[in-house]
Amino acid sequence: MSTQALPLLDAPVATTREISGAEVLLRGLLAEGVDTIFGYPGGAILPIYDALYDFKEQLNHVLVRHEQGGIHAGQGYARASGKVGVVFATSGPGATNLVTGLADAQIDSTPLVCITGQVFAHLLGSDAFQETDVINITAPVTKWNYQVTEASEISDILAKAFYIARSGRPGPVLIDITKNAQLDKIAFAGYQPCTHIRSYRPAPVVRPEAVAQAAALINQAQRPLVLWGQGVVLGGAEREFQAFIEKSGIPAAWTILGAGVLPSNHPLNVGMLGMHGNYGPNVLTNECDVLIAIGMRFDDRVTGRLDKYARQAQVIHLDIDPTEIDKNVAATVPVWGDCKQTLPMLTRLVAPRTHPAWRERFVPFQNAEVDAVIREALFPTSAELTMGEVIQQLNELTKGEAILVTDVGQHQMVTCRYARLNQSRRHITSGGLGTMGFALPAAIGAKFGMPDTTVVAIIGDGGVQMTIQELGTLMQTGIAVKIIVLNNQFLGMVRQWQELFSERRYSFVNIQSPDYVAVARGYRIEGQSVSDRAELRPALHAMLVHPGSFMLEVMVAQEQNIFPMVPQGCSVSEIRLK
Amino acid sequence: MSQQPTTRQEYNITAYTENHIGLLNRIAIIFSRRKINIESLNTSPSEIEGIHRFNIVITETEEVVRTISRQIEKQVEVLKVYFNTNDEVIWQEMALYKVPTDVIAERALVERLLRENGARAVVIRKDYTVFETTGHRQETDNLIRVLQPFGLIEFVRSARIAIIKASDGFHLKLNEFEEAEPGDEVIENEYLNDRDGVFAM
Repeated sequence: MSTQALPLLDAPVATTREISGAEVLLRGLLAEGVDTIFGYPGGAILPIYDALYDFKEQLNHVLVRHEQGGIHAGQGYARASGKVGVVFATSGPGATNLVTGLADAQIDSTPLVCITGQVFAHLLGSDAFQETDVINITAPVTKWNYQVTEASEISDILAKAFYIARSGRPGPVLIDITKNAQLDKIAFAGYQPCTHIRSYRPAPVVRPEAVAQAAALINQAQRPLVLWGQGVVLGGAEREFQAFIEKSGIPAAWTILGAGVLPSNHPLNVGMLGMHGNYGPNVLTNECDVLIAIGMRFDDRVTGRLDKYARQAQVIHLDIDPTEIDKNVAATVPVWGDCKQTLPMLTRLVAPRTHPAWRERFVPFQNAEVDAVIREALFPTSAELTMGEVIQQLNELTKGEAILVTDVGQHQMVTCRYARLNQSRRHITSGGLGTMGFALPAAIGAKFGMPDTTVVAIIGDGGVQMTIQELGTLMQTGIAVKIIVLNNQFLGMVRQWQELFSERRYSFVNIQSPDYVAVARGYRIEGQSVSDRAELRPALHAMLVHPGSFMLEVMVAQEQNIFPMVPQGCSVSEIRLK
Repeated sequence: MSQQPTTRQEYNITAYTENHIGLLNRIAIIFSRRKINIESLNTSPSEIEGIHRFNIVITETEEVVRTISRQIEKQVEVLKVYFNTNDEVIWQEMALYKVPTDVIAERALVERLLRENGARAVVIRKDYTVFETTGHRQETDNLIRVLQPFGLIEFVRSARIAIIKASDGFHLKLNEFEEAEPGDEVIENEYLNDRDGVFAM
């Protein structure tokens, strides 16, 4: 994220009276432009909640049903809106319940500021009630964390937290505040946002010679291929990216977190990378002569076997995070910097090209994939419903304008593959960590972040049962989230692996579901269950036009596999169509 | 990155950091998550007031050490990380040896051996004497072998401290770090600096 992305803050809120650390915190959040907090109260964070009582009008606190739901909601809010997600939790179990969401946000570079309560400072280390060493537990899964033990620290630490969370490669930050620091009163001079930490360099100085080398390599290339990732979204560089692609005429493929930067129907968008990505970009990764990676980190689900990955290609790697360069794939030309800045520099230097012969190479692969996989997935001739046709029908009804939020597993890969997206931030999913249970709470957060956009959560029957308690949050807040449960009565992705690689030894993958419609009704949410093709389209339509939240269960084929697939330990060019 | 050397050897990692509670853990877990043993770790003040200096020794390939060094430098409170082979640093470790005083007193040979090994007495009591020596691992190890036959009671060796031969110090760099818009001096792009030759058309 560029430094220009810093929001304009209110003038420091000066006050002459002494206020509590808790109030300092809330005034700081307001100064940072926070409007929504996802949280759950408890003993050690009571003073903050007491102060929140007086800020109800300015700060919308969403009471979740579990702290994991709270942090996933914060992630969904941040991913949909581009703002920093704010999460409150109490000490001990409240804080440990955040760990999964922190790890998810860390690996998917999501800006969060999490506030946890902590026992009184004089009790630290005494195994006090609900005391946990949150700082050390969360150190590996936060970009930065800090324990505040005095009220006077709160304002500066909060400012640092927001600066660190949103700048450079974004990430989650946790502030642990002891109860005495929340209670103690201090004279508050006003909130000063942080713009500089001497030991922290979020925005590297771009070397023009690196960009020039990259451009020279691109201008020489006969078969260049662009891989883009979420870095383009986090940098807010969608337009800069599109301009680069359209001038250079280079076919471009995406990681699942980068989806939507080029619209699905853009002629230079050649599809999804990785284990269940499209046939053409995977195979042709091993035929391109110059590989241009932009804001992506060569995750193993994208690269497959590394020693057989793009060995023939010269690699240009644009990234803001220097630890990503050379980590998995050695770069011939590294361009270290914010792509919002480096992409326009590159665009100026590249020659206008169209690469007709090279782009033609993708067509037979695309045709083969349509014949072998896509046609039957989207327009099935079988009696049973497919996950793909649900997404296809949804595409036709939403016209790519809805925010889709997916969980983890087969339904996620189907959505990634078949959702038609017109823009970025329209598909929110747990990418790096693969957190089942992510989608429902993240969809709630996304709706708070983008209240005027339709939000559809697409979840498997496994994942929905992990965080189904957040239906209570939907009930209480009254917001409208559309939930599609794609029920194949299996933990589908694990079953697929057991079918393909363990001789169908189905070990604990058949999972029973409750009556989802009855569960939804119990939370006063409308619901429907469909299993016939004729019912699907009307049910989806009814779901979308319903004014409130809606839970639609779709019974889909039990044993369907997701193809193409790059089997583990294989090269991307060994991708299987069946 | 198969073109990179894959031989394992001792590397000295030098990190300049803020003095921040919890940073030691953040640095330590970068090694432990890869199951890498830290052979020696020393924290101390640096040439600049308020800036701490970590000296860490591990045995690894250059590729792994480079990745780890970058991951350490990525921590918010870390200003700069260098890694060097043993040839590129001046390094020392200190060791203490406790031996029974009567043995020393009786045998002139022991005193000669200690002198030869550069040891000096720190404490001499009736019951025991503590010797100290400073040097490379080989030298401090050697004295253990020498003293073992004479009843070595206790032995301890410090972490390694190392000075980088090629370093001009950190003062000038720090001034740049203080500024919001630093010059090239601070924003070193080692990827390009190292790669003048890689891009041949």
